[in-house]
Amino acid sequence: MRRYFGRKLLVYGLTFLVAVTINWMIPRFMPGDPVQSMLARANVSQPAAVEAMRAHYTGLFGLDLPLWQQYGNFWAALFRGDLGISVWLFPTPVTDVIMRAVPYTLALLVPAILLSWWAGNRFGAFAARRSWLDNTALPIGYVLTATPYMWLAILLAWGLGVVAGVFPVSGGYSFAMRPNWSWEFAGDLALHWFLPFASLFLVAFGGWAIGMRNMIIYELEADYSTYLASLGAPARLIRRYAFRNAVLPQITGLALQLGVLVAGALVTEIVFSYPGLGHLILQAIQNQDFFLLQGAFLFIVVGVLAANFVIDVVYVLVDPRTRTGMGGEAA
Amino acid sequence: MTADPGTTPETAPQAAPAVPARRNEALYFAVRNGKLLAGLAVLLPLLVLAVAGPLLTGGDPNAYVAAPASPPSSERWFGTTMFGQDVFAQFVYGLRITFVVGVLGGGLAAVIGMVIGFTAGYRGGLVDEVLNMLTNIVLVLPALAVLLIVNAYLGIRSVGVQALFIGLTSWPWAARAIRAQTFSLRSRDFVDLARLSGVSTWKIISREIAPNMSSYLVMTFILLFGGSILIAASLDFIGLGPSQGVSLGLMLNNAARWSALHLGLWWWFVPPGAGITAIVGALYVMNVGLDEVFNPKLREL
Repeated sequence: MRRYFGRKLLVYGLTFLVAVTINWMIPRFMPGDPVQSMLARANVSQPAAVEAMRAHYTGLFGLDLPLWQQYGNFWAALFRGDLGISVWLFPTPVTDVIMRAVPYTLALLVPAILLSWWAGNRFGAFAARRSWLDNTALPIGYVLTATPYMWLAILLAWGLGVVAGVFPVSGGYSFAMRPNWSWEFAGDLALHWFLPFASLFLVAFGGWAIGMRNMIIYELEADYSTYLASLGAPARLIRRYAFRNAVLPQITGLALQLGVLVAGALVTEIVFSYPGLGHLILQAIQNQDFFLLQGAFLFIVVGVLAANFVIDVVYVLVDPRTRTGMGGEAA
Repeated sequence: MTADPGTTPETAPQAAPAVPARRNEALYFAVRNGKLLAGLAVLLPLLVLAVAGPLLTGGDPNAYVAAPASPPSSERWFGTTMFGQDVFAQFVYGLRITFVVGVLGGGLAAVIGMVIGFTAGYRGGLVDEVLNMLTNIVLVLPALAVLLIVNAYLGIRSVGVQALFIGLTSWPWAARAIRAQTFSLRSRDFVDLARLSGVSTWKIISREIAPNMSSYLVMTFILLFGGSILIAASLDFIGLGPSQGVSLGLMLNNAARWSALHLGLWWWFVPPGAGITAIVGALYVMNVGLDEVFNPKLREL
């Protein structure tokens, strides 16, 4: 088990190193002058502000220092939580801008991932043993997984938002409101949250349901199931064993799909102008705000790594083989 | 990346050692497999449309040809955009780009995945450790986030380069799956025999190991193909796609940006998304069909 976690931590550490290095390398080795292009885009008119920005950017990039020193400084700044200053929202530090967006993204992602996983697995296992349900659910599941997140989001926004007028189609809360602790505001938040959540949930749900359905069929045909059946064990018991075995690969699947789900959340937020990280990234791209873009990138990487680690821990809890060290290779 | 969770490495039926010589048998089951045929029935017309379509629609898909925002009619099958561009023409050209990105991106990812998977699985030892580490690193790095950064800074605006970057980031799960399969084949008798008779490593891999998992390789490519299409659509939608020309993702982007939703121009945003869904969905269904064709255990007789 120590070996298993040791390996995992090594991979995560190296991944983080690679991510930070990509982040550091790209502005330095790309053609053109990033400082100049950001200043030009910033559209700040006061000379004092322009000078402050130039000094800050040059200092952050440390372009006059030797490369290895620049690299070191980049890490040092990173550990102080200093990701530079946003061009788009000058002079707010990037860290603050990101921290404001993160709660919205998490509020979308965490329930969407967990609920779709749970419901998809339940439904897949349920559908696998009823042929009429299997025949109708399977095609729907395939269509759902194949749907691009933003398209389902657009369809939902159009159908339930514009045509039916049930849900608002953009923003995190109504323009008329200011964030505060009241039931009215909470209700407004929930109303704006529902459609982006639903589009994420539905696409992911299809994938889990199909995966689980295939796994359950595979497990029910396995030798231990037929053996149990021939011993006269009740079908319920066999299904319970099959479910427990089928859930393990689904946990690995969850780790593999995290990046895709995060990507889905980003484009979904863009459709709904939901004030999370995805919306922020779009603004950063459109305003050529590279510090903000880099900050968001690092944040996503750290988030995905942390979530992967949680899944690893869960895996150890559910799969006894990992605890005895055998699964270190497979997982 | 966008692997159907049902066929991720751990869940895939072990090695499905295909029936070698009996080519006809696979064909026999292929033409009787409903899923495979249904997938093809969706995919082939779209492919034909993508290849031959520009003949129907004429030159520039972005040309302003008709009254703006007009609904579908016998004249303009998919109506026009807010600017009077023919949605059908854009759709047809977008399909082309979609197939090209899928083939190039998915193909490159499949090649990288195969090289790394075969090498790691066959060689084992230190080579395996290093390649495994590399695979795991790229696997947990969120590909879209990397593509965002690279794309935004380098300002890449061509289909080829986009496909290149997608290919370079989406191979890890394929490499892992192929490695696992190679691992299980490596110690079989026929491989041992080849090794004893002094056949070179690459010949063993290409003549002995790869043919035995050819069906699995085909399915891996199909999933990578679908995944590339979805990633490309997301990038285009964010505005990091090719700047000239059209793609299905870019059409969605334009429709959303010029508030087609609020104006009720559904014919602008329904076709591109439906096109992507149809292609990728057909690929996934075909994948299941192929699995049944190649794997006798799964056949429903």
